[in-house]
Amino acid sequence: MTRLRMLFWRWVALAILAAGAYATIVRFTKGLGAATNLSDQMPWGLWIGFDVLCGVGLAAGGFTITMAVYILHLEKLRPIVRPAVLTAFLGYLLVIVALIYDLGRPWNIWRPTVMWNPRSVMFEVAWCVMLYTTVLAVEFSPLLFDRLGWRRASQRARAAMVPLAVAGFILSTMHQSSLGSLYLIVPTKLHPLWYSPLLPWLFWFSAVGAGLAMVIFESGMSARAFGRALELDVLEKLARAMAVLLGVFWFLRLWDLGHRGHLGAAFQFSGPQALYAAMFWLEALLMLGPAALALSDRIRLHPQRLFALACTVVAGFLLHRLNVSTTALAAGSRYFPSWMEVAVTLMLVTLGIAAFRFAVLHLAVFGPSPRVREAPEVKPALARYA
Amino acid sequence: MRALLIDVTKCVGCGACVAACCEQNHLPLEESTELGPYRYTVVRKVRTRRGEVYYRRLCMHCVDPACASVCPVGALRKTAQGPVVYNPSVCMGCRYCLQACPFEVPRYEWNSLTPKLGKCSFCAERLASGGTTACAEACPTGATMCGERDELLKEARARIAAEPGKYLPRIYGEHEVGGTSVLYISHVPFSALGLPENLPHDPLPAYTHRALSQIPPLAGTASLILAGLWWLTNRKHEVARKESGRTEREGLR
Repeated sequence: MTRLRMLFWRWVALAILAAGAYATIVRFTKGLGAATNLSDQMPWGLWIGFDVLCGVGLAAGGFTITMAVYILHLEKLRPIVRPAVLTAFLGYLLVIVALIYDLGRPWNIWRPTVMWNPRSVMFEVAWCVMLYTTVLAVEFSPLLFDRLGWRRASQRARAAMVPLAVAGFILSTMHQSSLGSLYLIVPTKLHPLWYSPLLPWLFWFSAVGAGLAMVIFESGMSARAFGRALELDVLEKLARAMAVLLGVFWFLRLWDLGHRGHLGAAFQFSGPQALYAAMFWLEALLMLGPAALALSDRIRLHPQRLFALACTVVAGFLLHRLNVSTTALAAGSRYFPSWMEVAVTLMLVTLGIAAFRFAVLHLAVFGPSPRVREAPEVKPALARYA
Repeated sequence: MRALLIDVTKCVGCGACVAACCEQNHLPLEESTELGPYRYTVVRKVRTRRGEVYYRRLCMHCVDPACASVCPVGALRKTAQGPVVYNPSVCMGCRYCLQACPFEVPRYEWNSLTPKLGKCSFCAERLASGGTTACAEACPTGATMCGERDELLKEARARIAAEPGKYLPRIYGEHEVGGTSVLYISHVPFSALGLPENLPHDPLPAYTHRALSQIPPLAGTASLILAGLWWLTNRKHEVARKESGRTEREGLR
């Protein structure tokens, strides 16, 4: 049964990679017009909306956990630092790959280093991507150095962890918020339920909340895939923090809508505006629902239920960012991604999972975990569900 | 700063401006009512209660252009003379300019492997050598006029004052997104000409600036707080470690 399932997933992965490879050829031999459904009215689609906006957001677990361990000395979280950094590092590498697909003239990707325009949010984004990817590479490097037996290099990298954690926090905060700031300049094109002067703050809170959900999700998945024990005592703490952050996100959002007099748009359930109201409440359901449920011990301390909560939050987060970047834009109704855009996105996700698996199999990502022996009964329970 | 004044009441739809523009910029002259990467201005016809009305569209050359402010490499910039010009050699093709433009003006070579932006350059070279734009020169009725922005605003006000029954009492582009270098006066509502009526009077870059200007102080404060937190929690740990060490030793004694 398990072998059959493995075989199935391997074929699915192969099919995705083949479709992605075909789309790659079309994109780089015929141009963006042939591969995508983008237009002058919808210049950003799935690759920006999902690969970049969601990819960066879900990588927020990296800087959050790093800060908690190295700055706040929350030693309990130490076992999940390395997987969180690995996830973030791979996430950022994939964002850069996605950008190379999406940029019309990718050979000029380095230009922001010499052509400065500090008035541009995109300029800030470019610098944050470059610098934070470097930070993540150094944070990740000891795993590689240990494997190669380069003890000196490993020690030096480890000695830099505290300043790196500070830099990572600042750069990530700037980057996460600036993705929201990208949309500040389209007050007349973005639907009022999503446009807000608070967009940078909203993007920061939703990313950190969903980033923690992603850490829970990724722990659950790897516990199942690599036969490890689940760090339930750690993850339930993350779930609490996640609930608080999502609560703040929604409080800010609703307060701002009320303050600017746009809350009424959330109750227009008839006419062409109904889609927006429905999307708005679906986002609320998918994020606030799990946040409320996470406050209950019976749900938070239960591996399967915790995993389901995390999945729901991630789904709500994806919906929110895709709404901002496509559905809620004035020209959004004229855009639906082409199959080649979807294929490239799926290919990048597949490559990310494969790279994560490769790293876990060859590097001490999870380290020697004593918990494997302490709580072996948790594993099969989750395995059945996930 | 130079500008164009477009008087919709005077436009007869002859298309001389389009032909002159295509010739000036070496673009193919094809039948089209949509701007495109190879078409910088168009003449359109719209049926209104005042009969058939012709009007032209082109880049508005905003006084504080959103496209230039969002370009991460400064490929788009507003020159002192008025034109918003594009330099393809540094462009990365991020298309933030297309996203940010409130008038949906910039067009993209979607089917090129070295895609460039296509939009009106306000005949920047002709202006620089003391000339006027190709379209204004070609217009037989004076529907498009080129001149200093202040003087064209005065002229527009004078025309509206002289025939208040004919013109709507407003100059489109005087205040929209902080003002534009292409100004319209008309006898039919501007929304009928596809000009957005929901634009703020603040320049759009100001919306971004409010957020970006907060970053330096916030980043500075955050690093100080983080360093402080690190020191505090580190010290707490060390004290705890020392104390537990002492009690252990005392216990041994």
